[in-house]
Amino acid sequence: MTELILTEDARKVIIKDAESAYPHECCGFFYGSDDDKRTVTEAIPVVNTKEENRERRFEISAIDYMKAEQYADENGLTLLGVYHSHPEHAAIPSEHDLRQALPYFSYIVVSVKKAKTAAVLSWKLNDQGRFEQETVINQNNPFDVDVFLSSFNQ
Amino acid sequence: MAKIIIPTPLRKFTDNQSSFQATSGNVGEALNELTTAYPGVKGHLFDDNGQVRQFIKVFVGEDDVKDLDNNATLVESGTVISIVPAIAGGSC
Ligand SMILES: [Zn+2]
Repeated sequence: MTELILTEDARKVIIKDAESAYPHECCGFFYGSDDDKRTVTEAIPVVNTKEENRERRFEISAIDYMKAEQYADENGLTLLGVYHSHPEHAAIPSEHDLRQALPYFSYIVVSVKKAKTAAVLSWKLNDQGRFEQETVINQNNPFDVDVFLSSFNQ
Repeated sequence: MAKIIIPTPLRKFTDNQSSFQATSGNVGEALNELTTAYPGVKGHLFDDNGQVRQFIKVFVGEDDVKDLDNNATLVESGTVISIVPAIAGGSC
C-alpha cells in the first residue's frame, strides 16, 4: 500500500467540512508535497455544485478546479487529490467515484454517520485503473517540527 | 502563442511540466502540438475518434470552448488554455 501522510490541520478541515455538510456530501481539494512521501499539509473545501441528490452525489465546477491548480502553483504546493464525504455510507469509493477518477490523485473519502465522522480512508488508482487503499498516517503538530528545525539552524 | 495548463494528474506524461507553450493559432492545433511533444498525453486527452474525452473540458480563460468555437477557437499571445478534468462522484 502507498502511504499518505495527513497533517492534523488538513485532517481537521476535512472532518469539519464533512460533518457540517451532513446530510449532504462535502468536497474539496488537498495540497502538499510529493517528493519523498506524499504529505497533505492543507485542505480547502469547495462548493458541491450538484443540484440534486447531494446526500449521495458531489460535483466540483471547472472554475474551482482551475483555481485549485492555480492555488497550488502560486504557493509552491502540489495538488494531491480530492476529498469528499459519504453520509451514512462506508468510506469506500463507489462505481460513480471510479468512473471519473484520475490517475495520480489520492481520493480521501470520509464516512459520516449521524453527523459524526466514522472513518477517513484514502484511495488511489493502480495501473489497472482500480482503486487501492492507501495507508493514512496521521501526523500531529507538524508545526512543532518546523519550529524546532528553525531554532536548531539559528 | 498560447499557454496550455496541464492538470496535475497528466504531468507524469509531460516530464512534470505544469504548462506548455504552443505556437498555433487555435485551440485544436495547440492541443495537437501538445500531444506531438508529449505523446503520452494523447490517450488521456482524446478518445478513439480524436475528440476530447468525455470527462475532460477545455477552457480558454474562464470560458468552456464549447461555448466558444470549440477547437476552432482562436488563441493569441497571452491566451491561457486549461485542460480541466471533470471531478464528480458519490456514495452509491
Ligand atoms: Zn464517493
